This record gives sequence, C-alpha cells and structure tokens, in this order.
Amino acid sequence: MIRYDYHGSGFAGWQEKLSRYEPAFLLKLFHDMLRIRIIEEEIERRYWQDHMKSPIHLVIGQEATSVGACAALTRADLLYASHRTHGNYLAKGGDLKAMLCEMHCRINGCVGSRGGSMHLMDKSVGMAGSSAIVAGVIPIATGTALAAQMQEESYVTTVFLGDAAVEEGSVSEALNFAALKQLPIIYFCENNFYSVQSPLYTRQPKREIYKWAASYGMPSVVVDGTNVLAVHEAMQVAVTRAKQGGGPTFIESPVYRFRAHGGAGDDSKTGYRDVAEREAWEKVCPIETYFAFLKTAGLIDEQARKVMAGEAMAETMEAFDFALASPNPSEADLYTHVYAD
Amino acid sequence: MPWDEGLVNSLVYDAPDPKEGRVLGYAKAVNEALEIALKQDSSVFVFGQGVDDPTAMFGVTKDLQVKFGDKRVFDSPLSEEGMMGVSTGAAMNGMRPVFMHNRPDFILLAFNQLVTHAAKMHYMDNGLTKVPMVVWAAIGRGWGSGAQHSQAIQGLLLGVPGLKIVMPSTPYDAKGLMLSAILDNNPVLVFEHRWLMKKDGIVPEGFYRVPLGKGIYRRRGKDVTIVGASHALELGLQAANKLAAEGIDAEVIDLRTIKPLDEEIIAESLKKTGRLVVVDTGWSMGGVCAEIGCLAAEKWFDSLKAPVRRIGLPDIPHPAGYTLEQFFYPDVKRISQTIRELVHQ
Repeated sequence: MIRYDYHGSGFAGWQEKLSRYEPAFLLKLFHDMLRIRIIEEEIERRYWQDHMKSPIHLVIGQEATSVGACAALTRADLLYASHRTHGNYLAKGGDLKAMLCEMHCRINGCVGSRGGSMHLMDKSVGMAGSSAIVAGVIPIATGTALAAQMQEESYVTTVFLGDAAVEEGSVSEALNFAALKQLPIIYFCENNFYSVQSPLYTRQPKREIYKWAASYGMPSVVVDGTNVLAVHEAMQVAVTRAKQGGGPTFIESPVYRFRAHGGAGDDSKTGYRDVAEREAWEKVCPIETYFAFLKTAGLIDEQARKVMAGEAMAETMEAFDFALASPNPSEADLYTHVYAD
Repeated sequence: MPWDEGLVNSLVYDAPDPKEGRVLGYAKAVNEALEIALKQDSSVFVFGQGVDDPTAMFGVTKDLQVKFGDKRVFDSPLSEEGMMGVSTGAAMNGMRPVFMHNRPDFILLAFNQLVTHAAKMHYMDNGLTKVPMVVWAAIGRGWGSGAQHSQAIQGLLLGVPGLKIVMPSTPYDAKGLMLSAILDNNPVLVFEHRWLMKKDGIVPEGFYRVPLGKGIYRRRGKDVTIVGASHALELGLQAANKLAAEGIDAEVIDLRTIKPLDEEIIAESLKKTGRLVVVDTGWSMGGVCAEIGCLAAEKWFDSLKAPVRRIGLPDIPHPAGYTLEQFFYPDVKRISQTIRELVHQ
C-alpha cells in the first residue's frame, strides 16, 4: 500500500522559466546532485567493509533539497543540519576528503573524529553545526540569526530539519522567537514521512506541516522536494526576504529517502513501509527527472552525464584512498578542547 | 511575605566595616557587574523572562534596559529550551549572552541545549567554535517554594564536561565572579542564592575579576576543614565562628566555583586538619558533597583522621510547608553539632 504519494507535478511548466537561468548554473545543479548520489552509493557499497566506524544516514533520494537550497546561499551564509548531514555538507561546499576522514574516524576529519557522520561541522564553508538530537540545532540556528541581526551582519542562516523535528517542543519555541524578532533565518523542513520507522500518521494529526508553521506568524510554503529548481526558487525568495529584513521563512519540502533511516540499504521489506511506495518515489527520482528535463531542453546528453559521473567517481575514489591513508588520532587528542581558553 | 522575610532575616550577617571600603548589597553588586560588562563589550547582552520587569530579578537587572536599550537587555518568551539554544547559537557566533532565570528549576527544561549542545560544542568542533555564555539563576529556598521552586541543581550538572559552575557567597565575589564568567569563553552557570541577596559587603567600584576555579580561605584553623560554597558556606562559616568559643578551631574554605574545583586548597587544608565537612545547598547524594567526599577517600585518605561528613540536603524532595522546611534544611545549629561530633570523635 502506498501511504504517502508524490503530489508534485515534476518539471511541468518549467520549460518557460528556463531562460531565467544560465545553462552553466542549471548543469551545476545536476552535477552537484549526481556527485552526491555517487558519493553516497560508494559509501553504501563500502560500508560493510567496516572501515567507516560511524553511523550513516544516507541522503539518496533527497539530493535536490540540499543542492537546490544551497545554490541560493553564499559561502558566508550559514547552514545547520540534523543527523542526515552528508548532502547538506557537500552542497554547502564541504570538503569530501574531510567528510570521509571524519567517517573513517581519522584525525584530519572536519572535526578531528569528534563527530562522525552525524556531526559534520566546518566553519570554513559555513557548515555551522549539526545535531543528532533531531531538533537540537533549531534553537541554535535561531540564536545565530539573532547574533547576525544584533551585529548587523548580512549573512542568512538556514537550518534543515526533518518532519519529526517539529514534534519536539523547541521548534515551536524557536519559530515563535524568530517571528517575534523577525530574524534572518530559513527553516527548511524535509518531510520524508518517516521518523526512523515511524510513519507520519502515528505521530502527527492530519494537517500540513507548512500550515502549522505559518501559524507562528511567518511566511510558510510547500515546495516539491524532488524538483531542484523549485527548491532553489523557494529558497531564493526566502533568502531575499531575510536579507531585506523581512524576517524568517518556513519551507516544507516533501521528499523520499530511498534507503533506511540509518545504515546501508533499504529496509522497506521489514514492513514499516511498502516497497511499492519507495518504487513509486524512485520514478520521480530528483536526479532522473531533472536529467530528463535538461535533456529535453538540449542542455545535456548521456555522454555528458557519463563524463560527469566518471569525474565524480574518480574524485570519490581518490577521497576514499586519502581517508584510508590518513592517520588515526592519538590518545593525547582525546583530551584537547574540553574547555576553550 | 512577612513570615518569609522573617525567616530570611533570621540569618544575620556580619556587618561590613565601612572603613574597609564601599559597602554594597549583594544584588547591587551583581547589577554593577552586568552594567560594567554591557558598557565594556557591545557583544554582551542580557535576556530572560522578567529582566526588565519592576522586580528586575531581585534587583540584579535593575535599570539595565534603560541604560542599554531593549536590543541588549530584553524580556524573552519563557521557552526555556528554545532560549538556551538561542543563547548557545548567539554565543557560537560572536555574542556573549547572559541568560537569566529566576529559579534553577526552570533550567531543567533546557538540559538538552545546555548539557548536550552548549557544553559540548567546543569539543565537537575540535576547538574551533566557542560558546561564551552565562546562565544565571537564584536558588529559591523559603516562602513555601517547595519541590519545584527551591531546587539547587548544581549536583546534576557537576558531571557535565565543558561546563563551569560558579556559586558566590559574598557581594565582592558575586561581582568579580560574574565579570569573570562573562569574559570566559565557555558556558558558565552562576547559581546565586536568594537568601544572600540581602547580604552587604565591601565591593570596590569599577572592574575587577575573581578567578574561576580558585577557592579562598574564609577562616584559618587547625581542627577541621569546612568546605563549600554559596549560602551553605555562609552557614558553615557562622558555625565555625560560633564553635571558636568552645575551643574548636575550624578552617573554612569558600570554593567560589565548584567546577572547575580547586582540589589543591582542600588537600592543603586537609593535610593540616585531618577532618573534613562538606557543605552544600544541594542534595548530598551525587552532588558536591558526594564528589568532594569521594575525592577525599580517593586522593587524601592518608590525611583523614575521621570519616568525612556531608551536610547537604537529605534524599528527599523540598517540602513547601514552613515547619517541614525547618526540618529539611541544615542550619547553623545542626552544622555546629555535626562539627562538634566530628572533632570530639
């Protein structure tokens, strides 16, 4: 039984808007999504080898939200993530080698092996923080936006959250405060309908998350999470609003994870969701639908895609080699930075 | 309430000698520290529910909004966890928030942000992100505050790496420790005690700091070491002064901060006296009393002539009623009796 359908309309109508974008930009979106997919699939393929002693939460199926959202941000803008960090980090310009080192528990990971996959942080690219306590970073991101406002800084803070995060009270508290102070922040909710293996209907009443968010007193929209251009467009509106002093925005983006909540492979067969449901969403895969759209527009062909994929694969292999050859932390590394000077 | 005032006022403090310097009340001393910090550094801001209301957190935040505006001193939604996170996020990005609570009990709602995020962010980012923030609250003993408005929760936080915990006992320390806390680059909890708010002391004008992690001798003696902080230490000191007439010569150490803990000063004193009494405003079990008692057993066993005594709260929730409270809380009389027993053992 398909419990959660795709309700979007793909790229219907987007042909007319195509002239707004530079072809290089359109291709970059595709490249970035494809690259994330290839990296994630390689992580998944190697996960059983046990060199990555870190929990993983793959973003396969959810590439368009990270890529579309980050394409509307500059490096100076800050991004916060929950536990599903890979796509957010890579799309924000994160260092693949630093990410894989982190997952391999090496000292030159982006946080020196103190985070692993769930806690990627990297100030150099504006990856300001991530938390495994689902809504944990939402108030922190809100405080970041307060700091920007108080210091009259022009950067915008975006925070990714899942559908289950809104069930934690601190999200309500944060939205209330952001609306109260008109903070320059964007709450980007990827609604993938499942929290671990708990479906949305066992957790929330029948109502749309973006409407709930709107009740806090901020503009709130729903946007197709499989459509990278739609995500980018919604983010641009929100970023412009925030930069012009117009306050916060909430964006809900329905999307589907093709894999289990954590670990490698899909777990639909365990019965908490129907395999047919995943297969239905795979038909609207954000990468394939966008590829078809670009191909129809004459911007890309199979050969160009093959070249792109080959380059991404080579980069991925090199980064894995780098991670596996990187040093482990020493015991002395355990004791540093408990307190700041 | 008159009966409550009577209870608070039943503890008489030694009046400071005006010849020694400027006499100032405890709340005013903290107020001065906040004013200096706000004046010195534009990244400092003060917020929390009620910071701008007429009672102004026992007077601690009085007139600050008038002086520094509502952008830097502002009332906030109650939202304990949310605001603790807001404070953390602001601190991670260039600000120095001072987040005020009337009662520590409310901080329990914010443990996720305080314990799991603020305290660990510096470590989790491998030293790149700093979280310079102060969380302030006053323990609310008395006035029927009971199980949910009287709690002293420092013991619950003692075992959290990355946090610092300040517990002043004098107006001088309250000001100097607050300035140190605000200038510190870590999350620092400042637990005041409601009963100390009326204490006067000698408080220099202008900027000065009392270092975090260093205790101080309040009384020198040779028979027994009394160690603790905040209001409990005040009671311990009064007991020590009383016992001097009986020929018991107690040494009293005010820890000032319980985390980091000044182990050296305790070890030094214990080597001399051989007897240890730990006093605390919180529960004895699993708290400051337990930790220091354990340290004595682990590190300073050879110095001990007698078992360590703990004078904290019994393993019982705080009662609300006036009479029950008198049985529940240690007072000078009971502390004195414990010390007598220990010394004459």
